Amino acid sequence: MIEGLNPGLILILGALLVPLTSGFIRSLLILALPVLALVQIYTLGLGTWGHFEFLGLSLEITRVDPLSRIFGTIFCIAAFMGMVYALHVKDTIQHFVALIYIGSAIGAVFAGDMITLFVFWELTAISSVFLIWASRTERAYRAGMRYLIIQVTSGVILLGGIIVYYQDTGSIAFDYIGLTGIAGCLILIAFGIKSAFPLLHNWVQDSYPEATVTGTVILSAFTTKLAIYALARAFPGTDILIPIGGAMILLPIVYVVLENDLRRVLAYSLNSQLGYMVIGVGIGSELALNGTAAHVFVHIMYKSLLFMCMGAVLFRTGTVKVTELGGLYKSMPITTVFCLIGAVSIAAFPLTGGFVSKAMIQSAALNGGLFILWPVMLFACAGIMDHSGLKVPFFTFFSKDRGIRVQEAPMNMLIAMGIAAFFCIGIGVFPGLLFELLPYAPTYNPYSFGHIVSALQLLFFAILAFMLLIRFKVYPSELRSTNLDFDWFYRVPLKRLILAIGRLILIVWNWSLGIANDVLRYIIGLVSETHSSGKIMARTTASSTAVVVIVALLGVLLVFLYQFQQ
Amino acid sequence: MSNPDDEKKYWLEEPANINKIFYAVIGLCVLVALPKVLTLLDILLFKQGRFELADFFVFYTFFGVIGYVMMILLAKKLRGFLMRDEDYYD
Repeated sequence: MIEGLNPGLILILGALLVPLTSGFIRSLLILALPVLALVQIYTLGLGTWGHFEFLGLSLEITRVDPLSRIFGTIFCIAAFMGMVYALHVKDTIQHFVALIYIGSAIGAVFAGDMITLFVFWELTAISSVFLIWASRTERAYRAGMRYLIIQVTSGVILLGGIIVYYQDTGSIAFDYIGLTGIAGCLILIAFGIKSAFPLLHNWVQDSYPEATVTGTVILSAFTTKLAIYALARAFPGTDILIPIGGAMILLPIVYVVLENDLRRVLAYSLNSQLGYMVIGVGIGSELALNGTAAHVFVHIMYKSLLFMCMGAVLFRTGTVKVTELGGLYKSMPITTVFCLIGAVSIAAFPLTGGFVSKAMIQSAALNGGLFILWPVMLFACAGIMDHSGLKVPFFTFFSKDRGIRVQEAPMNMLIAMGIAAFFCIGIGVFPGLLFELLPYAPTYNPYSFGHIVSALQLLFFAILAFMLLIRFKVYPSELRSTNLDFDWFYRVPLKRLILAIGRLILIVWNWSLGIANDVLRYIIGLVSETHSSGKIMARTTASSTAVVVIVALLGVLLVFLYQFQQ
Repeated sequence: MSNPDDEKKYWLEEPANINKIFYAVIGLCVLVALPKVLTLLDILLFKQGRFELADFFVFYTFFGVIGYVMMILLAKKLRGFLMRDEDYYD
């Protein structure tokens, strides 16, 4: 492979070939690119490449270290799964932008300096919005616009932070930054927007459910996890991330219970899962960072799997609303099995990936003496069991049979789900293989007897509670609805305020134009009084008279200046 | 897309089978709670928690059930405040 080439660039350059191909060749191309990028990561080995000076800044295009390598690896695997899942799609734009988007996310992971990071960071935003717009609906267009505004804002804040950081330190190296000074705050906010911190999170639930069937699967894997990588790189051990992560875990749970659109349910649950990763970064110990990296890896697998299952349901039935689904296990048995594998994995059943990675973060929290956080995490485990583990499969595939009879998902979708399911179980059974890739030497055994028993207690009693609530009809009935979240503030009052300000500006503008018009009209009137035909200034004057006037004026000037000189 | 008459009958469609699953879950709950109960009765020596609160009776189970039910009830209450029409923003 090409020495020192950032693996992300392989996908971006490869994407340029996509419009030139079709059919089998295109399928081959889009599947080969993630594989080539993965090969590039491992043939490069560890090190840095692509150093050069630009406007006095020292750039470092490619840096492979254990932290970036595990993120790059999972991104490549997720890209491959996403491309298999999207093989049936005939839309050139979607293939093209998906590859640009994935390539820029991988490129950002391997960026050694913050300017390179910023370029890829913005490219992920600009390319990914087309996956939302590709739905070609009015709702998707509006959601995409909101998404783009928020994503680009994150980039602009990041750039501001980088500039201030450079002023302060004279460096743009992308390493530990920490929460010191304005630069640290700005960069943390930029990363926080993309990793969906509480109150900055609504873009996830707003846009992901509006993207195309395949677009959502691809979107869900990269943007937020890129932000988690950036946090792990720049802010490990930053205390404030721990309460932020705790809030992230808890707040979405309420919405997950109420929400009717299952892709939105998954988007909220994704947000909750990101909370674990943010906590891991906040704790910052080797075990916590290992746990975060492992959780990112596993999370992408089960979350992609769940999004793929819902995508397949949407593809076949045309809806993912709880109020319209039920009894689909009869028509889509294989998808049902895959969805259940994803569900037990996100719920962290023993022998699944989720069990291993969550155990690491929870143990790190205990080791760090975070006893308040501990029950929060336990509570969240029960919550996750409910919303993603039970609600999604139960209401889609079981529940009341609404008589929907469709075909099983297309073969390429099933293969992609199979790959994800394989990793979900495989990592749970053989965690050692994942541990090999972690940034720090692993010294953790998730399968202690006590841990297994306590996890099973929590999960089985949560299942029992769910069954009891359903049986006694206490569980909130699913209703077609919109549930207000923080985005209400910018989608209703802020929008009205901005429209009102816009109207005010228009009024002031029209008023100023009116005044300017009047003034001009007055001046033109004055001028026409003196300069129009036959008026004093328009008359022709004899040159002798002009000479007399000029000499008189010069004389007056001379006398005046003479006096002044005195 | 109505349900054809000749469609085969699924195991899960029998209410009796749903009850079987329900009782199986209860059985599993008892099974996984057993080690903790035995520990409390000093029959099996085995500590799972690392701090005192963990000695609270069936600590995880307590959280699993109470936390979960509270959350559902809270969400149900909040619905009155948060819920709007499906096309609220359109």
